[in-house]
Amino acid sequence: MSKDKKPIIHISNVSKHFGDFKALEDVSLEVETGEKVVVIGPSGSGKSTLLRTINKLETISKGSIVVNGFDLNAPSVDINKVRQDVGMVFQSFNLFRHKTALENLTLAPIKLRNTSKEDAARQGLALLAKVGIEGKADQYPVQLSGGQQQRVAIARALAMNPKIMLFDEPTSALDPEMIGEVLDVMVKLAKEGMTMVVVTHEMGFAREVADWIVFMDEGRILEIGTPTHFFENPEHPRLKKFLAQIL
Amino acid sequence: MKTKTNTLSEEKGKAVIVIGDGAAIPLKRDAGLFTAWRIAFVGACLILAGLIIFKPDPYLQIFKFLPDGIFVTFQVTIGSIALAIVIGLVAGLGRMSKIRIINLIASTYIEIIRGIPLLVQLFYLYYALGRFLLVPDILAAIIAMSVCYGAYMAEVIRAGIESIDWGQTEAAQSLGFNRTQTMFYVILPQAWRTILPPVGNEFIALLKDTSLVSILAVSDLLRRGREFASESFLYFETYTMIAIIYLIITLILSKLVAQMEERLGRYEQR
Ligand SMILES: Nc1ncnc2c1ncn2[C@@H]1O[C@H](COP(=O)(O)OP(=O)(O)OP(=O)(O)O)[C@@H](O)[C@H]1O
Ligand SMILES: [Mg+2]
Repeated sequence: MSKDKKPIIHISNVSKHFGDFKALEDVSLEVETGEKVVVIGPSGSGKSTLLRTINKLETISKGSIVVNGFDLNAPSVDINKVRQDVGMVFQSFNLFRHKTALENLTLAPIKLRNTSKEDAARQGLALLAKVGIEGKADQYPVQLSGGQQQRVAIARALAMNPKIMLFDEPTSALDPEMIGEVLDVMVKLAKEGMTMVVVTHEMGFAREVADWIVFMDEGRILEIGTPTHFFENPEHPRLKKFLAQIL
Repeated sequence: MKTKTNTLSEEKGKAVIVIGDGAAIPLKRDAGLFTAWRIAFVGACLILAGLIIFKPDPYLQIFKFLPDGIFVTFQVTIGSIALAIVIGLVAGLGRMSKIRIINLIASTYIEIIRGIPLLVQLFYLYYALGRFLLVPDILAAIIAMSVCYGAYMAEVIRAGIESIDWGQTEAAQSLGFNRTQTMFYVILPQAWRTILPPVGNEFIALLKDTSLVSILAVSDLLRRGREFASESFLYFETYTMIAIIYLIITLILSKLVAQMEERLGRYEQR
């Protein structure tokens, strides 16, 4: 968001309509390499929609999005190639149910990057160790707790060596005692310099990790600022109200 | 007594595909049905053996006359099921296609096939294929059967695919898999479990329906029986043997399907 570097995510004047309903309205946001952006806002404000436009799981009605140098709306763009460099973590984990934890990690590198099975398994095991569940490599998703599943899901995204990681409320579906283990992994990732866009209600995480916090309401970005700014002198009345409700 | 599909839908909220007609597939935990299967199977084998041993004339003669027919029945069944799965997959995926024309072709095919009785289709395709393409008898029968069964298979496959949570597709696509890769690496391997029980039932129903091809010039089990009966005039004895043999084959098949299903379901179990 400073002017000296080129943003890796460049969202300009984006609108998204579902029929008559405006889920996003003239949204602009720039994220530079290595930055961590946390998106907050009330339910239905368009946070997920915005996040999902970044890897084109959601198409846009107006505006433009450039990710990693690729204009997502250009007819020539190979969206599958773009997505290989953009990891995504979902609220509901979405692990491949027919694959073990390790197979969840190795499937994409083997099929999409032509990584050999041995290399993929080695890298996969290292990633499972990194998220703290190397012992569960041969378990199927149903055999894992929610926190473990979400950590596998993060590792699965990391297995493609993405340049950007998107998180859509990664801890919202978890029992309280498992939230910490997932946030720890995300903090670790942030410290390693990963570019991250995170939709979350975890204000502690936002305060600790975010370079910028984005507040959305009714499809618009109402305020962007540093954590200090956000928590010490929020400006927009609706942001004040929102923070009063959740803190 | 609950069926497998019902249990599934209650436990996991999965889609239910219920296709009637086929023999019921026995389940281990379904003790009553399992016993019924055993009674039927052991009973049929005993009667068959008893007839052959204690009344070799004419039953042993009939029995010796039939293996060729059994072989042809198997040929037609296995050929038809394989081809029907391919046709069903193409038509099922076609029905889900966003490309209008493909969708329309697939839907029309399914609609037409479901509106014409199997026997009429068999006659029609069999004679059409034989007349215009000079296709050999057995192959013509296989094609006719699978064109028909493919339409039912398509609906089963489509329902199975649609029963898979959309999140699986999104997860695959966000990793960079294209639509085809997503389908073959992620969706179908999971949908297969939902698809298998009704496909198994279709398989068994198809085996029984192959008896219809005996009306065409295909020497399947039933036709061999008819040939024997019309020469020996032993109609009752011949059709007794035919019925028992069909029953035994069907029971074995339903057992195999149940076992395959159990193996596929394993990774879902705790
Ligand atoms: N496919 C869709 N069709 C119609 N409306 C949609 C669709 N997807 C989202 N919406 C609507 O767009 C609005 C924004 O949705 P979005 O999921 O982005 O909100 P959110 O900020 O992520 O909310 P939450 O905190 O509940 O996840 C909502 O009102 C939602 O109902
Ligand atoms: Mg959301």
